[in-house]
Amino acid sequence: MIEFQLDPASGVATYLQLVQQVHQALRLGMLEPGDQLPTAQQVVAKLAINPNTVLKAYRDLEREGLVRARPGMGTFVVQTLPGRDEVALARFLSQMSKLLLAARAAGLDSDDIEAIYRTAIRNVFAEGVA
Amino acid sequence: MIRFAALQFRIQAAIAFGALVVIAIVLAVTGPHLVTLYDTTVVPCSTHNDCSAATTALTDTDGPIQVFLTFLLLVVPALIGMFWGAPLIAREFETGTYRLAWTQGVTRTRWLSVKLGMGVVASVVVTGLLSLMVTWWSSPIDTVSAKPFDPLYFGVRDLAPVGYAIFALVLGFSAGLVMRRTIPAMFTALVGFVAARFVMNSWMRPHLIAPLHRVYTINGSSPLNMGETPAGFGVTATTRGILPGDWVYSNQIVDKAGHSPTTAFIDRACPLGHASAQANYQTCATNLAARFHLLVTYQPESRYWTFQWYEMAIFIGLAAVVVGFCFVWIRRPS
Amino acid sequence: MTAVLETMGLGKQYGRRWALHDCTLSIPAGNVVGLVGPNGAGKTTMLQLAVGLLAPTTGSIAVLGDAPASSPAQLGKVGFVAQDTPAYARLSIAQHLHMGSWLNPDWDDEVATQRIDQLGLDPKQRAGSLSGGQRAQLALTLAIAKRPELLLLDEPVASLDPLARREFLQSLMEVVAEHGVSVVLSSHLVSDLERVCDYLVVLVDSHVRVAGEVSELLASHHRLSGLRRNPSTLPANQEVIEQSHTDKQSTLLVRTEEPILDPNWTVTPITFEDLVLAYMSQARDTKHLGRPALGVVS
Repeated sequence: MIEFQLDPASGVATYLQLVQQVHQALRLGMLEPGDQLPTAQQVVAKLAINPNTVLKAYRDLEREGLVRARPGMGTFVVQTLPGRDEVALARFLSQMSKLLLAARAAGLDSDDIEAIYRTAIRNVFAEGVA
Repeated sequence: MIRFAALQFRIQAAIAFGALVVIAIVLAVTGPHLVTLYDTTVVPCSTHNDCSAATTALTDTDGPIQVFLTFLLLVVPALIGMFWGAPLIAREFETGTYRLAWTQGVTRTRWLSVKLGMGVVASVVVTGLLSLMVTWWSSPIDTVSAKPFDPLYFGVRDLAPVGYAIFALVLGFSAGLVMRRTIPAMFTALVGFVAARFVMNSWMRPHLIAPLHRVYTINGSSPLNMGETPAGFGVTATTRGILPGDWVYSNQIVDKAGHSPTTAFIDRACPLGHASAQANYQTCATNLAARFHLLVTYQPESRYWTFQWYEMAIFIGLAAVVVGFCFVWIRRPS
Repeated sequence: MTAVLETMGLGKQYGRRWALHDCTLSIPAGNVVGLVGPNGAGKTTMLQLAVGLLAPTTGSIAVLGDAPASSPAQLGKVGFVAQDTPAYARLSIAQHLHMGSWLNPDWDDEVATQRIDQLGLDPKQRAGSLSGGQRAQLALTLAIAKRPELLLLDEPVASLDPLARREFLQSLMEVVAEHGVSVVLSSHLVSDLERVCDYLVVLVDSHVRVAGEVSELLASHHRLSGLRRNPSTLPANQEVIEQSHTDKQSTLLVRTEEPILDPNWTVTPITFEDLVLAYMSQARDTKHLGRPALGVVS
């Protein structure tokens, strides 16, 4: 069983912090299929957060297909995170680098590029923030 | 709700009933002696011709206890109003616990009914028992010396104290409800209760039932008072020795038409300058008796219980009015 | 979902001062509602109206569909923890629990005794000798064990030290998880509410400034910064909540349901605290604007 921590200063929504910590634990092998996640009550008793937040995080994880809630028993890991496609990563890195070089050639410095990057991220992943 | 009200009330109730037990013991120890004294000295006194000595001896027995009991029954209703009535709700406001009490699954009206009901029952029991004990203990003395309508007797025997206690309790409670502070509510209860008792004693009770009249001819033993008055020399009738057990309002010297003697008539009928005051008095009485008689206005002793019931009913009625006010007040938009 | 708390034009006047004015709200069931505002904003008035300790001057209020304190059943469905958590100083914890069981139709004695046991409190201890945190826990226990559908808490943690505050909120959230009770919790401390609330009501100067689900509010509010410009040039669907300007730069906090497309703005998301503070300071700004006019009159 894993234990959640909260970083109130991170500015990341509480339920997202929970989701990210489960992802992390799956990647690091701390959680494997069959393992149980702490119940909402246990999380709430430790972190003093709204139980709906925990349920929302678990619902998100369930939608991703990583966990499944079994009524009356708890929430269990059913699948670990798919391994990263190293080839795709490498291809994306080279495309990104070309894009950045083009931006620099157009006179943008790294701060400009970062602002653009942030806006693009927000536009693409906007639904994830809500 | 009753159990909770009892839980909150238990300390005050314990103090009151503890005091009652102590008093009961004192009276139980001293009371039989008074009865014996009465039976052995007062009852056979006429055969020994020493009745005045016997009654004086009896009425002087346990003097401090008599004074204490009179005082106790005078103040107990006021104490009930101050220490039971006033804090009953004012303390809840002061400590903020009304926010706890009134948000349980009990309506405010029910809360009020139970609290007041319990207070009233306790007040009736305490003053009723106390009055009963005092009335029993004092009965030998009362038989020989009591003036039943004397305010220091009437208000501290039988039923009246019960009415006073109910009224004082409710008055203290309502003051606490309106003022939300215990000390001012206690003070208000005291002032209000004393005022009500005073108004009743001085102005209301004499008018509850129309008094009776009795006519006496004037003779040498009539209670006349000769002397200087603010209006000059005058003769007045006193109530001394007249209808001892009754409540005598007045004794007047009047003629058939109801007029009092004029100053000129008095000057002629009652000349001073005889050899002795006794002779002055005799002449005066004889001359007055020719045209005037004494008119006594009074309440007979037989009406004592009627007045006791009236007294209690009036104070309970007042209490009911105050309770009605409390119910309206507690439900009003605050 | 039905509303646990519904008000229409609700107002409460003390003398000439409005403690709460023209307040219209509909709070759905199943939420933990944060009622936030500075001291004296009307939070206590709102909660006391909801529990029937006060009666409205204007408008109406319904709690769980009924007028507050209208019947024993209605009173039994609402748990209330009053400010400073009053308790009968001379009564013991056990006697307080007896009170609860005598006065509430659905009292759950097991829940009550279990909680007191878990808290490590001695049932024979008098309430007068409890610490602030312990008394708050006792008050919460009394409110929970009556098995309410709605819990109303008036600044329950304001007077507690950080540890007791955390413990109290943990207990409260456990209850929410276990019993699914709706909660309205008032506080002037934003940090307390951030973790626990999923619904927010900001009350300032007797008025409701904003009310809604926290996630929706956070998604629809953005901080924009860029070259100085007049906020009136913004699109109609962007409502300015807070603004500050230097000679070159403008920083705005806007509310909009639409995406912000203007590339001249640097857009950053806002936090719960930003959101609350923006609405609180908005009230203060309006006051500042009003001041010169008042100065002329006086």
